[in-house]
Amino acid sequence: MWQFFHKLGSPKWFFGISTRFMPWLLAGGLLLLMSGVIWGLAFAPKDYLQGNSYRIIFIHVPTAFMAQSVYIMMASAALVTLVWRMKLADVFVKAVAPVGLILTFLALFTGAVWGKPTWGTWWIWDARLTSMLILLFLYGGVIALDRAINDEKSAARAVAVLVLVGVVNIPIIKYSVEWWNTLHQPATFKLTEKPSMPAEMWVPLLLSVLGLYLIFGWLACVRMQTEILSREQRTRWVKEFVTKGRV
Amino acid sequence: MAFDSFSALIVMEGHGPYVWACYAVFFVLMALMMIASVRSRSATIESCRRGYELQAEKSTVAAASATSASFARVNVSQD
Amino acid sequence: MHPIRKKRLTIVLFLLVGLSVAVALTTYALRQNINLFYDPSQISAGEAPVDVRIRAGGMVEEGSVVRDPESLKVEFLVTDFNASVPVEYVGILPDLFAEGQGIVAMGRLNNKGRFVADQVLAKHDENYMPPEVANALEKASKAENKPMSGTAKPATY
Repeated sequence: MWQFFHKLGSPKWFFGISTRFMPWLLAGGLLLLMSGVIWGLAFAPKDYLQGNSYRIIFIHVPTAFMAQSVYIMMASAALVTLVWRMKLADVFVKAVAPVGLILTFLALFTGAVWGKPTWGTWWIWDARLTSMLILLFLYGGVIALDRAINDEKSAARAVAVLVLVGVVNIPIIKYSVEWWNTLHQPATFKLTEKPSMPAEMWVPLLLSVLGLYLIFGWLACVRMQTEILSREQRTRWVKEFVTKGRV
Repeated sequence: MAFDSFSALIVMEGHGPYVWACYAVFFVLMALMMIASVRSRSATIESCRRGYELQAEKSTVAAASATSASFARVNVSQD
Repeated sequence: MHPIRKKRLTIVLFLLVGLSVAVALTTYALRQNINLFYDPSQISAGEAPVDVRIRAGGMVEEGSVVRDPESLKVEFLVTDFNASVPVEYVGILPDLFAEGQGIVAMGRLNNKGRFVADQVLAKHDENYMPPEVANALEKASKAENKPMSGTAKPATY
């Protein structure tokens, strides 16, 4: 097991394996996302209460879900950075923080546009919306802190500490709708219960969540490879890759 | 299909602007992020290649000067 | 595991636990401010301040909506099935406003115990279904002479 762990920490090994997976991630992600979105937009029945405006759910839930799970992944990587000083974990945090920022923004934006016709307001300072806004600022803070420190090692540690501190916000986002009175409704998908919508609504939703997950995987690979290449340009394997095109 | 016609799909009983605005912003931002990521990857590869070429040029120049001045000690780059 | 790594791991975990306890205590202390609205039980128990801008949330009681025929004034009762509070509002209501539907109203509680709202927002639950299914459910519940599925679960208003 430890051997695998060390192998995983090797940028060269990661570069090779991710290159092999990337086309599949992209193709599968686009296929799932597009089928989920088209199904949701044109074929899923409308909601008895909200009518057609609920169709925003097919991108709102995937982006909000990904915004949180990207942060959880970043926090796990930050723990690895702090304890094992693994380079690849730090590469991951830096590569995906901007993706998380965009996803969080998209979740907030689609939520606001959905809120206007259904609730009657674009924004309200309830616990769910506010904690999601804090997540946006956390992503922004991580990116800014990383840019502010020039030394690679100290930047890695400072960023890892900030990411770990911010992880307490995740359970707050998740349970805000249960702990406090909020305008936002509770989750439609729960791990233990059946989803509170019929199959012709939750299947396309699940498809677009999975699709966005795969696209995130592809994005993470591309961006991590970029970071690895610029960090390791003095090594022989990068030179070989750049001049001959293979690892 | 949940709609009778294509125009009904666009209008969505008055909710069209909200729904389509969301989807437009989502797809534009996702596409931009994906394109930017791929571009920055190829830009990094390109800058690495230029770096290696520059290095190679330097070392050939160094090697050339080494043959003409036979007594001087020349440090030739090892990588 | 290497002793240095073990030490680092313990430090990091301790920090994280300490931080979560701090955040948990803070949010617990602030829980009243984090709640978006007072529910009708709290208002009728006198927990909500009078003549201060607050929010009240609950479900619009069935058969309680009275619309003024000459203006946009609406009066209705907001209930959480333990207590209800009369609300009056002048303005355009959101599309989702209906009897049996959850709402959050912003406004002031006057000293007669009436809530004068200046904004009414609709709250919906996490249940989505096609209109045909909703109609069928409603018919079924009417046949059994029970309230329909939405009102059967007061916890999700």
